[in-house]
Amino acid sequence: MTLFHYLVVSLLLFMIGMFGVILNRRNLLVLLMSIEIILLSVNTNLIAFSSYKNDLTGQIFVFFIMTVAAAEMAIGLAMLILLFRNLDQINFDKLNNLKG
Amino acid sequence: MVNLSSICSIIVLSPLFSSIILGLFGTGFLSKSISKENCNVIAISGILISFIFSIFVFFSVLNNSIQIDLYTWNTIDNCDLQIGFMIDFLSSTMMLIVTFVSLMVHVYTIGYMHDDSGYQRFFSYISLFTFFMLILVMSNNMVQLFFGWEGVGLVSYLLIGFWYNKPTAVYANLKAFLINRVGDFGFLLGISIIYIFVNSFNYIDIIKNENLYISKILIFDSEISVLKLSCCFLFIGAMAKSAQIPLHSWLPDSMEGPTPISALIHAATMVTAGIFMIVRFSSLFELSGYLLSFIAIIGSLTALSMGILGILQNDIKRIIAYSTLSQLGYMMMAIGVSAYQIAIFHLLTHAFFKALLFLCAGSVIIGMHHEQDIRKMGNLYKYMPVTCITFLIGTLSLVGVPFLSGFYSKETIIEAVKLSSVYGSNFIYYSSLIGVLITSLYSFRLYILVFHKNKFSMILDKKNNQVATESSFIIILPLLILSIPSLFIGFFLVEPFLFGDYFKEIVPCLNNCEIINSLKLEWVNSIYFGSHALYTIPFWLMILGFVISLYLYVFDFYIPVNFKVNFPNLNKLLNNNYYFDWVNERIIARNIINVGNFFYKIIDKIFIDGFFVNGSAKIIRYFSICLSKIQSGYVYHYSFFMTASIAIMLTFLIIN
Repeated sequence: MTLFHYLVVSLLLFMIGMFGVILNRRNLLVLLMSIEIILLSVNTNLIAFSSYKNDLTGQIFVFFIMTVAAAEMAIGLAMLILLFRNLDQINFDKLNNLKG
Repeated sequence: MVNLSSICSIIVLSPLFSSIILGLFGTGFLSKSISKENCNVIAISGILISFIFSIFVFFSVLNNSIQIDLYTWNTIDNCDLQIGFMIDFLSSTMMLIVTFVSLMVHVYTIGYMHDDSGYQRFFSYISLFTFFMLILVMSNNMVQLFFGWEGVGLVSYLLIGFWYNKPTAVYANLKAFLINRVGDFGFLLGISIIYIFVNSFNYIDIIKNENLYISKILIFDSEISVLKLSCCFLFIGAMAKSAQIPLHSWLPDSMEGPTPISALIHAATMVTAGIFMIVRFSSLFELSGYLLSFIAIIGSLTALSMGILGILQNDIKRIIAYSTLSQLGYMMMAIGVSAYQIAIFHLLTHAFFKALLFLCAGSVIIGMHHEQDIRKMGNLYKYMPVTCITFLIGTLSLVGVPFLSGFYSKETIIEAVKLSSVYGSNFIYYSSLIGVLITSLYSFRLYILVFHKNKFSMILDKKNNQVATESSFIIILPLLILSIPSLFIGFFLVEPFLFGDYFKEIVPCLNNCEIINSLKLEWVNSIYFGSHALYTIPFWLMILGFVISLYLYVFDFYIPVNFKVNFPNLNKLLNNNYYFDWVNERIIARNIINVGNFFYKIIDKIFIDGFFVNGSAKIIRYFSICLSKIQSGYVYHYSFFMTASIAIMLTFLIIN
């Protein structure tokens, strides 16, 4: 297993997450999960490089990223609950108030 | 020795001051605090000062002319624009005519416009007119002449439309101003061409400049002498101002204004500005070859055709207006055969008897309670005797009864035309003879129908149940004063005017001297000329006209009535003023308005406003609408564009 394969995995994860953000129109929870998947792909990328270069910096940075991801998810879920209370749905149809 | 410069300034400025004072404080512009009595005093004093000083100036410049440069009001590049006076015999004669007739009209207006609400405004306007006319005749350069020219046109516009609530008056004053504008355009072109070749506006510089006489310019591959071209354009200006065919149609319509201004402007002064200008530039016109014969032919056409139209009119003032047109044609005829002194002499006598006729007509109109149709008048000699006698004096002077003033000026014109040999002089001579017949015809028709004919004896004004009465003394006084020059000025002044050498610096002696010398050879004295009229054709033509008018209007009344029935086409032609008005309204004015509409509706509104101004705004708006559709409000759209553009930029970076 060379580095290249791990990077490909990371890229594929990134793509999946990206498509989840872009092509998703029906489910806000899926959007948040896709954002998590993107962050996870970045983590995988960092760990692959850290393992390949025998440098611990990558793995420590992963910790930071995971912390930020957790905090961000907390806020995101809170916003999702508020949105659900106001809109009674979790798809994107009415979220275009800034249109124009 | 008194300072002539300051006297000339006073002559010019005193009517201006009275006009400004009356205009600002009498009409309600700043305040309406001048009563009618004070207004009389201010206006009459203004013009009386001018008149008295004009007499003084006249006798001072009788043997030497003076040049006064008063003030340079602008200098552009190296062209000095000045105010100055050139007073020679011609100018001082015109000054006397202008101030005297203006004084008579001012006195007359006190009685005529007594009940009008625009009393002070009227005095302000006629004083302003006197100012502009004096500037015109006293100027020593062309710019000042043009200033006076435009000014008299402007005041004529203001005065014709004096009763601005009448739609016919508004139509007439616009017509007068526009036709004068056409002439002014030609006049401006003439001034510009002269300036290009002479580089100065001063009269002396122009007349003494050889460059002007020998230069030629190239137009469409043919060489035209600059002198002839500029004289053509100057004559166009004179044609409009002095109402020659084809730019004459404003003058009959200008009778919509009050009668005093018809006397002042359209008989004695403004319409003579064109004649004055041509005589002032006679040195240029003498060398212009065929243009002089063209001027003479235009003059004779005007004299003849306008006289014929005068026979069929029914409004008092219009008959006298057509008479003015006809006499202006005579003056142009005299100019055309190079007899400039005779033209100015006819101008002098004509000013007096025509102003007299107009003021008498005004007195008749007042007496008949503003009725102007002569078919409704008659038998007025019983009720308005003084007006009748002065009207008769004016009429006899106009038709050329021997020993009265009109006789001397008209007969000498006819003699000069007979002696001349310009191209077309036969036509001019015969048309002037026929003009005498026609003048006598319409003048006696007017006199008989207004004062004697008692077929229509309804002089009782049914509304007020009053009989026509003689007008008040203040209206009669100018009539009496004006009849004195109408009777005597011809007899006494014809010899010094024509054969004295007062005009030697003004008029060059080329063809002019031939005519004047030939006339001088036959001249004995005024009495001889008058008594020998019995041997000349014009006298018998005048008697014939008198007899015909007696026959038609006193004895046998059926021929004029049947004219409309027997000659319908001729009647239609004459009633429509030879269709000049029709051409002006339907063809010229309508097409120019259509061209203007085309430029306004299509080019200005649709093209420039719609395409360029509004169109560019519309394009920007369309573009921005398209762009704003990108902003959909959905976050996933924005994230897609962000990642896609980052991917593309990275691709380019990696490739490069």
